[in-house]
Amino acid sequence: MRISIKEGRLLDPANKLDAKQDLFIADGKIVGIKKKPDGFESDIQIDAKDSIVLPGLVDLCARLREPGFKHKGTFQSESLAASSSGITSICCPPDTNPIIDSPAVVEFINQRSRETGRINIYPLGALTRGLNSEHLAEMYLLKQAGCIGVSNALQPIDNAEILRRTFEYAHSCDLTIYLYAEDSSLKNNGVAHEGAITTRLGLPAIPESAETVAITRALLLAEQTNVRLHFCRVSSARGVKLIKDAQAQGLPVTADAAICNLHLTEMDIADYNSDCHLQPPLRSERDRAGLIAGINDGTISAVCSDHQPHDVDAKAAPFSLTEPGASTIEHLLPLMSHLANRKEIKFTEAISLLTYQPANILGIDKGTLGIGKDADVCILDPNLHQSVHKKNLLSAGKNSPFQGWELQGLVSHTLLNGKIVFDRNELK
Amino acid sequence: MTGNIIQLDKNGNLKHFLSTEGLSQSLLLSILDHAESFASVGERHVKKVPLLRGKTIANLFFEPSTRTRTTFELAAKRLSADILNLNISTSATSKGETLSDTLHTLEAMHCDMFVVRHANSGAAHYIATQVAPHISVINAGDGSHAHPTQAMLDMFTIRRHKQDFSKLKVAIVGDILHSRVARSEIHALNTLGVLETRIVAPHTLIPAGVEDLGVHVYHDMDKGLEDVDVVMMLRLQKERMRGALLPSEQEYFQRYGLTSERLAKARSDAIVMHPGPINRGVEIDSSVADGEHSVILQQVSHGIAVRMAVMAMTMGRHSDDIGKSK
Amino acid sequence: MSDTINIDQLLNELSEATQTYCKANAYDNPLMIGIKSGGAWVAKRLHESLKLKEPLGKLNIAFYRDDFSTLGLHPEVSPSNLPAAVDNRHIILVDDVLYTGRTIRAAMNEIFDYGRPASITLVVMIDRCGRELPIQADIIGKTITLKEGEHVKLLGPEPLTLSFSGTGN
Repeated sequence: MRISIKEGRLLDPANKLDAKQDLFIADGKIVGIKKKPDGFESDIQIDAKDSIVLPGLVDLCARLREPGFKHKGTFQSESLAASSSGITSICCPPDTNPIIDSPAVVEFINQRSRETGRINIYPLGALTRGLNSEHLAEMYLLKQAGCIGVSNALQPIDNAEILRRTFEYAHSCDLTIYLYAEDSSLKNNGVAHEGAITTRLGLPAIPESAETVAITRALLLAEQTNVRLHFCRVSSARGVKLIKDAQAQGLPVTADAAICNLHLTEMDIADYNSDCHLQPPLRSERDRAGLIAGINDGTISAVCSDHQPHDVDAKAAPFSLTEPGASTIEHLLPLMSHLANRKEIKFTEAISLLTYQPANILGIDKGTLGIGKDADVCILDPNLHQSVHKKNLLSAGKNSPFQGWELQGLVSHTLLNGKIVFDRNELK
Repeated sequence: MTGNIIQLDKNGNLKHFLSTEGLSQSLLLSILDHAESFASVGERHVKKVPLLRGKTIANLFFEPSTRTRTTFELAAKRLSADILNLNISTSATSKGETLSDTLHTLEAMHCDMFVVRHANSGAAHYIATQVAPHISVINAGDGSHAHPTQAMLDMFTIRRHKQDFSKLKVAIVGDILHSRVARSEIHALNTLGVLETRIVAPHTLIPAGVEDLGVHVYHDMDKGLEDVDVVMMLRLQKERMRGALLPSEQEYFQRYGLTSERLAKARSDAIVMHPGPINRGVEIDSSVADGEHSVILQQVSHGIAVRMAVMAMTMGRHSDDIGKSK
Repeated sequence: MSDTINIDQLLNELSEATQTYCKANAYDNPLMIGIKSGGAWVAKRLHESLKLKEPLGKLNIAFYRDDFSTLGLHPEVSPSNLPAAVDNRHIILVDDVLYTGRTIRAAMNEIFDYGRPASITLVVMIDRCGRELPIQADIIGKTITLKEGEHVKLLGPEPLTLSFSGTGN
């Protein structure tokens, strides 16, 4: 299939490309930029005159809910939602059911991803067996099966000795550890950020120190073991500072932030809005500003959706009894554009955070538009806008905390390996 | 913030009573005024008025409680309503029936009001968003968030003894961190315009950012009680000793127990209050609990009148298409 | 219409009529109860001129009204106050305007929740006709007929004046 994308504004921060140029695709690869290759005859021509042509986005963390949680979402529904937002590569954490701690589960996921054919899925393997925080998982075998990193998902490893051993072992397999840093005793069954809001609402509180204590401990052990450490979904300004200092010291440490924490704060919980029950919790405005500053100074090099679609019952209860998590994948790109529109970050920086930077962390060759690269492309029409409403969500999870928001910019086309996998005109 | 939008109907009348927060001073005062009218019902030959005859009130207690449940039951009966007592342990709901299903089953039995006590903050609020439009919800205590009828009966008691809120200094002493009573009292006192609201507690029992609620924080009990008109003691639960928040009851009593010596720091006409049940020798000395400053027993009887007032006010809403007349 | 009614004269007539009635029925020490707020004002004047021994009772029928479901609790609150027991007493119930009869029904229900009186005599200053229940006054100051849409109200407590509103007048 030969495709040409005409007259779009090509934006590829990895190659410092930002120009109105044509893009030519054949046999699943990019074969020409600006200049049409000799003898190229396109089967399909996409007019991108007022649009922005981007590398297919790389979402560092999204849950597709298979295997094991099909009442919350399926590869089918969630990959469509992802595709509609220009996402072509997703990294998923190992807390599926069964947990990704055996090669068989990796194989299942790879097979389902091939069958669905809309996105590339890069699974993380478990750090401990069954995520039990006690025994090492078979990290080497998981890597052989295709895992690009290891993680304990949201399960804390409170025993420092065990944490140290997981770091050492992952390092010996040359695997990056994706760590969600939270001390479970300080968290103390909290459900929201400790402060005036939890005091007012009477909700069990999570102090900032639950994150900062865990980050500090992990940094010291990382220093000792030399493992590549990636902090998942940093939420506090203090946490960002700790990571920044470690990076300045030369430690191989990276960090990402979740899209919700860049836009929302504890105030959004308001009248016990369970769509704002998140893990990590929404913190103060000072923390949100600290995350933005962390993006602008490079401490945080990726933004993920942290997509967690839920069934209705999961959110239909008093706040502390609801399951945390938001359905965000189809709004990842528009929400990042929103930050750029508000001049909190530059638009090219926003795209970097969604393309080559997360790809570098994951160690995959994605997120760029170079000749010879896989033709994963998305076309963003900045003039289309949408009102976020539960009934319009493509995801099976209607738990979006952005209900009612007006967002500018919609993806019109998404291509994976040179094939059109999403066309907004075909959406009913 | 919480509750005020959902608590009032479109005419500004009380529809649900979930929290003292966000309600106007005039609304709180009208609750107290109505309670005055209802207070005399208990002294009559026939201790009933027919106001809520034919209405069914369901007590939904997800957390066990004898005192609060019985006063709500008495209040309902004095208004001639029928009462359904449902003690739903949380394990029953975790066995499968969702909270929504429980509510809908009850609605099918044509209940007009739910009085709800639940272990999770925000539960009454959640239930109010789920029930059919004609049903009122009264919060009998949700987690650590609110216990608005307790606060209002305490305000009623204070007004009976002190009349003018604007001159009062009030000290709330004890486990503020876990106390839904404390939070509701603070909102009510500030809305009613007291001169100063103080909280007195050890550091481990003070929640973060509590000053935002409009209180002065004291860790020293003697300083905290200086010159106050009202001392409100909170109950200390035994679990706090196990949870690394306090070393022992004896030490707590040494530092924060209300003894006659400590009470002498307050004004000579100060009143001593406690939502009950009292832990004698832990938060309060027997001599003070039974002494001349104590109004603890009156609080209990006031509870019936205040709950009658709140039930009557929420049930007597105009149906939406009729609107206010006269 | 209002200028043709002299309240003080009307009250004197009511007082005399009540005195005559009580004598005729041998009510030695009747208990007077006024229905708030207009009836209570009228009752106060009657109580003074009749020099009754027992203190005046006041009834706030708010909790006995039949329109609670539609109109809700009345915002103005002042509780009923019956200083004496009603068992076996002869009660003189006083109201300012008798119209549908519902107020009197509510008042009688409330009195019976206090005890069992020997009798109730109804004294009203104005009977404006338009009864919806089988209730009649024993002593009436003045009977008037008003059209639908017209209303009469006693204003007070000082001075007491009758206010007419609506069409005509």
